[in-house]
Amino acid sequence: MKRVTFVTFFFLFLCIFFVTSNKAHSTVYQTTPEFLSENFSVPPSKAKSLWLTPELKKLSTKILSRPVRGMRVRYYSENEKTAWILEEIGKERPITVGVVVNGNIEDFHIEHMKVLAFRESRGWEVRYSSFTNQYKNVKMTSNYELNQNIDGITGATLSVWALNKIARLALFYHQQVLALN
Amino acid sequence: MFRTTIIGVVLLSIAFAVDAKPTLDEMYELIQKQAAEIASLKDGLAENNAKTESTFTALEEITSSPTAKLAEWATKTTMGGYGELHYNNHNSDNSTASKDEFDLHRFVLFVGHEYSDTLRFFSEFEIEHALAGEGKGGEVEVEQAYVEWDYTEGHRAKAGVFLIPVGILNETHEPPTFYGVERNPVEKNILPATWWEGGVMFSGELTQGLSYDIGAHSGLYINGASSVKAEVGDAGDPVLGKASSGKYKIRDGRQKTSNAKGDDLAYTARIKYTGIPGLELAATYQHQEDVWQSETINGVEGVEADLIETHLAYKKGAFGLRALYAQWDLDDNIETVKAGADEQEGWYIEPSFQVTKKLGVFARFNEYDNTAGGSQNSEKEQIDVGFNYYIHPRVVLKADYFDQDNDSGTEYKGYNLGVGYDF
Repeated sequence: MKRVTFVTFFFLFLCIFFVTSNKAHSTVYQTTPEFLSENFSVPPSKAKSLWLTPELKKLSTKILSRPVRGMRVRYYSENEKTAWILEEIGKERPITVGVVVNGNIEDFHIEHMKVLAFRESRGWEVRYSSFTNQYKNVKMTSNYELNQNIDGITGATLSVWALNKIARLALFYHQQVLALN
Repeated sequence: MFRTTIIGVVLLSIAFAVDAKPTLDEMYELIQKQAAEIASLKDGLAENNAKTESTFTALEEITSSPTAKLAEWATKTTMGGYGELHYNNHNSDNSTASKDEFDLHRFVLFVGHEYSDTLRFFSEFEIEHALAGEGKGGEVEVEQAYVEWDYTEGHRAKAGVFLIPVGILNETHEPPTFYGVERNPVEKNILPATWWEGGVMFSGELTQGLSYDIGAHSGLYINGASSVKAEVGDAGDPVLGKASSGKYKIRDGRQKTSNAKGDDLAYTARIKYTGIPGLELAATYQHQEDVWQSETINGVEGVEADLIETHLAYKKGAFGLRALYAQWDLDDNIETVKAGADEQEGWYIEPSFQVTKKLGVFARFNEYDNTAGGSQNSEKEQIDVGFNYYIHPRVVLKADYFDQDNDSGTEYKGYNLGVGYDF
């Protein structure tokens, strides 16, 4: 009986392996051009730059709770709509997220948010649209927080925090772009 | 007269202008100067080229140096950890269960390494109760040490020592992630968390929000023949220290992959749904071939065992709710060691409320029984209330009070304070 159980499980493992292993492996769910095509009527061909002044770096650091490297952030825009491709580490590996922010400097919000690449071995649930849809129409408060609660995922707390930071950062950068224009 | 003067000035100017053209000697001198300047510039250029070349050489040396290789290795190697210091003040009519002590309950280091995007190693090294060794109360444990391979999109396999996919706390138990200074007594005494085994496990996503785990691994070994004492830190049990005629509790069966008997294996399968933000629903089934590991005890042999566990974890805004039920069904042969031990079960329900971003309060009702198959009223009921105060999202201060109504009719209550962190 014991050997029968073992053999049954062994063949079950083999079935799982062969049924699932014919799918191509990928951690990239959408490329930047695809994301832009999805969110702009005429996808911007060229990225613009938001230069990170010491003041911007200071506030970005506050939002991310870590120092921000680099001199500029690339973004795409059309009128009062901007798109940002940002990365933040969840537990160990960077999560790449596309965020579209829309609105004037008095009233702007997240229009769309999507996980473009997820490389961690846990917490992949953040890429589901049922999770990222929570960010739709979310705005930024005066102290750079999100104005709505985002329900988390048990066992994926760090990935959820990473996406929250990216959402806040995209809103903040959008505000800065509008302030400079 | 004026006209004559003008003409004179013009002629004089022409004469001077003709005279301003450089002579051949001057031209030669000018060319010599320019040639010297060009030579100087060439020298400068050569010097700059040499500097650039040495810069590139230096860069190449740096990027190919052992230090650079070490940096590359470092980016692929991650470290983390968590820890918790507890103060326990427990009072019981049974003096052996009473305690008034400080305890560095756990200090844990994680080390992981990525061989490639699809292959990684992960380990968890833990010291419990600060001091381990002969006559000391603590233990040094390797709770996880496995290699995980993403063999296709959304599916992975791991081999080594890993945490069993069961319950809420067994896989995610960093102090900031749960309420209560000590882990709840149901997951501790019935599942039993923290529970790890050696073997192979397949995991993956079936559809959006629905995932599975299925694996074969080393089994429990409940040594029914030995006379043992309850283990250090068994805070939920007021009969601590009393010798029993033999082991029968599920928790006593953890072999911790230390020369673990492999005569009889165990098989675990879990299905988990996380398709709605804030919600986790899961169910685990496990079959143990023989928790006596083919030994004959009290003239009988073989104790098959089956575990069914299901739980819910839900958080919506400030409100949270956790509930879990677990039941073991063991072969009747276990009753030759302890009457009623053929059924061991427990459940709890834990509502919580996040008062502010930093402060959360909870209450929990727990009931568990390691001899639920008997006719006697042997279950233990425990109520916990307390709070978590987050100094930082990953650093928490905790306090709770508990009151247990147990089978022996003794009073058992007390409070716990703790500080926990992860990184």
